[in-house]
Amino acid sequence: MTPPPAATHAQPLRSEAPMTARSEAALPPAAAGEPQTRNRGRLKLPPLEPRIAIAVFAAAMAALPLIPGVPVFAITLIGNIGLAALVALGLVLLTGVGGMTSFGQAAFCGFGAYTTAVLSTTYGWSPWATLPVALLVSGSAAVVLGLLTVRLSGHFLPLGTLAWGISLYYLFGTLDILGRHDGISGIPPFSIAGHDLIDPRTVHYLIWGLVIGAAILTMHLLDSRVGRAIRALRRGQLAGESFGIDAARMKLIVFVYAALLAGLSGWLYAHVTRTVTQTPFGINAGIEYLFMAVLGGAGQIFGAVVGAGLVTVLKEALQRVLPQVFGHGVQLEAVVFGILLVGLLQVAREGVWPHIAALWPARGRPVPPDAPALARRSASAAPAEKLLALDGAVKKYGGLTAVNAVSFAVGRGEIVALIGPNGAGKSTTFNLITGVTRLTTGAVRFEGMDIAGAPPQEIARLGIARTFQHVKLNPEMSVLENVALGAHLRGHAGVLSSMLRLDRRDEARLLAEARRQIERVGLAEHMLKPAGSLALGQQRVVEIARALALDPVLLLLDEPAAGLRHKEKEALAALLRSLRAQGMSVLLVEHDMGFVMGLTDHIVVLDFGTKIAEGPPAAIKTNPQVLEAYLGGVA
Amino acid sequence: MDSTILLFLLQDGITNGAVYALLGIAIVLIFAVTRVIFIPQGELVAFGALTYALLEAGRLPGTVWLTAAFGALAFAFDLAASLSTGIDARKLARSAGFNLALPAALLAVTHEVAGAGFGPGVHILVTLALVTPLGPYIYRVAFQPIASASILALLITAVGVHLALVGLGLVFFGAEGVRAPSLSELTLELGPLLVSGQSLVIYAVTLLAIGALWFFFERALWGKALKATAVNRLGARLVGIRTTFAGALAFGLAALVGALSGILIAPVTTIYYDTGFLIGLKGFVAAIVGALASYPLTAVAALAVGIVEAFSSFVASDLKEVIVFMLIIPVLVWRSLTQPHVEEED
Repeated sequence: MTPPPAATHAQPLRSEAPMTARSEAALPPAAAGEPQTRNRGRLKLPPLEPRIAIAVFAAAMAALPLIPGVPVFAITLIGNIGLAALVALGLVLLTGVGGMTSFGQAAFCGFGAYTTAVLSTTYGWSPWATLPVALLVSGSAAVVLGLLTVRLSGHFLPLGTLAWGISLYYLFGTLDILGRHDGISGIPPFSIAGHDLIDPRTVHYLIWGLVIGAAILTMHLLDSRVGRAIRALRRGQLAGESFGIDAARMKLIVFVYAALLAGLSGWLYAHVTRTVTQTPFGINAGIEYLFMAVLGGAGQIFGAVVGAGLVTVLKEALQRVLPQVFGHGVQLEAVVFGILLVGLLQVAREGVWPHIAALWPARGRPVPPDAPALARRSASAAPAEKLLALDGAVKKYGGLTAVNAVSFAVGRGEIVALIGPNGAGKSTTFNLITGVTRLTTGAVRFEGMDIAGAPPQEIARLGIARTFQHVKLNPEMSVLENVALGAHLRGHAGVLSSMLRLDRRDEARLLAEARRQIERVGLAEHMLKPAGSLALGQQRVVEIARALALDPVLLLLDEPAAGLRHKEKEALAALLRSLRAQGMSVLLVEHDMGFVMGLTDHIVVLDFGTKIAEGPPAAIKTNPQVLEAYLGGVA
Repeated sequence: MDSTILLFLLQDGITNGAVYALLGIAIVLIFAVTRVIFIPQGELVAFGALTYALLEAGRLPGTVWLTAAFGALAFAFDLAASLSTGIDARKLARSAGFNLALPAALLAVTHEVAGAGFGPGVHILVTLALVTPLGPYIYRVAFQPIASASILALLITAVGVHLALVGLGLVFFGAEGVRAPSLSELTLELGPLLVSGQSLVIYAVTLLAIGALWFFFERALWGKALKATAVNRLGARLVGIRTTFAGALAFGLAALVGALSGILIAPVTTIYYDTGFLIGLKGFVAAIVGALASYPLTAVAALAVGIVEAFSSFVASDLKEVIVFMLIIPVLVWRSLTQPHVEEED
């Protein structure tokens, strides 16, 4: 049974493709998602480049304090929005893009704030000098907590953040060096050349300069090789790992990145308010930050600013109004926030930003230009006789033996099919070869090397690429980006070079390679559409293009022809033949016997986990045991 | 630390641990049936404690209004749903009965009972009757509309409900703390140890409640229906189990257990409107040890949490909460080692 495409599943927090130059543009009007349709016929503003949008926003922020008549409290409030936006930006990346939820971000603010508070009061450091230390402390705390928690599945992570969020809050209020419950006061303000930045109007520039800078760096990061890997995370790790992405490492990177932004916000906060107590770093603050990210639209960089703005202003308004109505307003804003949060998840889970973004028309993005080809894999020095060999492979699940002493081999330049009735152990065999499941006993040799027990990332590195029986694409990312993910191991740009845009040549070559593979499988016209908008059969072909982008030696295809029409099957067969002619080996699982018989060199038949026959197609067609297994007895 | 202190701390820890066990089990119950990680379980405990303590003090607890307000809200949701799908008079009448008439009746009864000099028995019954319907009402309003959403969305909703309930606690109960008189004045002398009657009541009720839940899930048809819902919502619906009803039932049971826990701890410690959160989270630590799935493991872990808490409050009282919540880190590490990442297809 084929599950419905992932795109129709309810999503935790709907992540439209993040607001980066590429992915926003990758949505053609026809598939631009709900908000667009809802706004059809309404106000449309002229097209806007994100770059220009940011420049306009920055100019407006710069002009704000200069406008006469803008009250100081408004500037202070906007400063608070900036401080919150930094934290929310980290959460957008963590939750909306990376699929991890944290209620504990406020604790990382605390690390930043307390570090600079102690250093600048007790030890007399300049606020500027404490920044690296503040970041180091928040970052180190994030590495420790992250190493412990990011490997956790789904909901255990947010629960973990809740627990250490509370724990650290109490710790802040307990330690003598942090002033216990009284906190630390008398923190020096920022100063430039002997001039103190005490006026909110001057410190405004520092705050928003950092917010806008962080937003730009984050945008760059998402629109890169590393960014694709991060965005692929939230749709499950298996696909990414099968193309060499170290999911745990990527998660840790995002986790630390978010913590650093929170630490930066805490550092600013300490020198802006000049007092630090435990209260703003508690779990309620952590919940508020998450609320901002959800309200703005998790996954949306500008959503962080919008969410921070709405929540901060609302909180301020409630704190003014509620006490007048009820006499005591201490916790009442929590009631309003709580109800809003519940309501938001019921009626507008995608948040506010997509609705704002829908005011501008989606822009078409050009197909990536040609770029120098990526380096190909060098042929192995001493070619073993067989490329891939299974030797007595056994996989037991408790008492059930899914794969029982299966041995077969795939030669160079050979197409081998693995067939058998449902439940015969074909997909399990695939998972044993690709390192998804571990062998109970037996061996898997690739180019003469034992690869049993190696993780999927390592196996991808060796040149084994695969597709999945249940399509594992990121439906919101474009076909191009999904395929580019396959070439992940052939690029080199890291986090820093991506943020600083030093990765453009590397990136252009990756995208050009993805484009070539898409053209090769005949999906050029769909290149810029979200992968989820394609028919299921086409999505399978996208997976093949992604596998080809790895530059594999061996291609493992799990039911590649399922859902394809006759013509498409013929095209696929032709493609596989041409790959074989170029020396590639293919192992495929397939139920379409016409497809298998006409294409393959060798067929291995499994039934109930045991190999019952193997040989050339003609011999298999007449093998009585095979007929027995398929038809339940020779007629 | 001599053996008397040791024994005393142990007893103290087990007493608190028993209450955490009740909470942990309620949390596992709700998660198993609805996939909701019910952060506000602690608030139900606080509401139970405050209601009981106020009744014992001869005052009308704010719970009557809170329950009525939530009931009205739940009815409004039913009404709105009914308006959009076509009015079903029988369904609406049933909804009005449960969501409007019940809280009204409770209000009337409580009004009569409050200050009329009844004993703890009546007050306990009234408290349970007042707090239990909050469970289904909360489910109807906050969770039923997004019952099929991801665990994450449900969790964030639960956090929203927590925020709202704490705030409402302040509105309906005020900021002052209350403490109820002990349920039993009895004191047993066991060697060097003085065991209070209150602790014995707590042990007995916890054991009874766990036994009743076990019976319900393993022996009663309704309980089996809940279990089926937990395993597969769609499958349960296909065989005729109403998952909405199962959700409401699970929340009702959890609220009942919460109210019961509140009554048990009201004489042990002073309860404020926001005390519940920390108590509930300790139940969570236990529930996570039990992987949100195992009732016995959760109960044992809850006792351990209680004992660690008792000892850390003796050794380093300032760091009590820090230690208790940091407990979860090694637990999570252990979980991540024993339970490799499972792809969540939702």
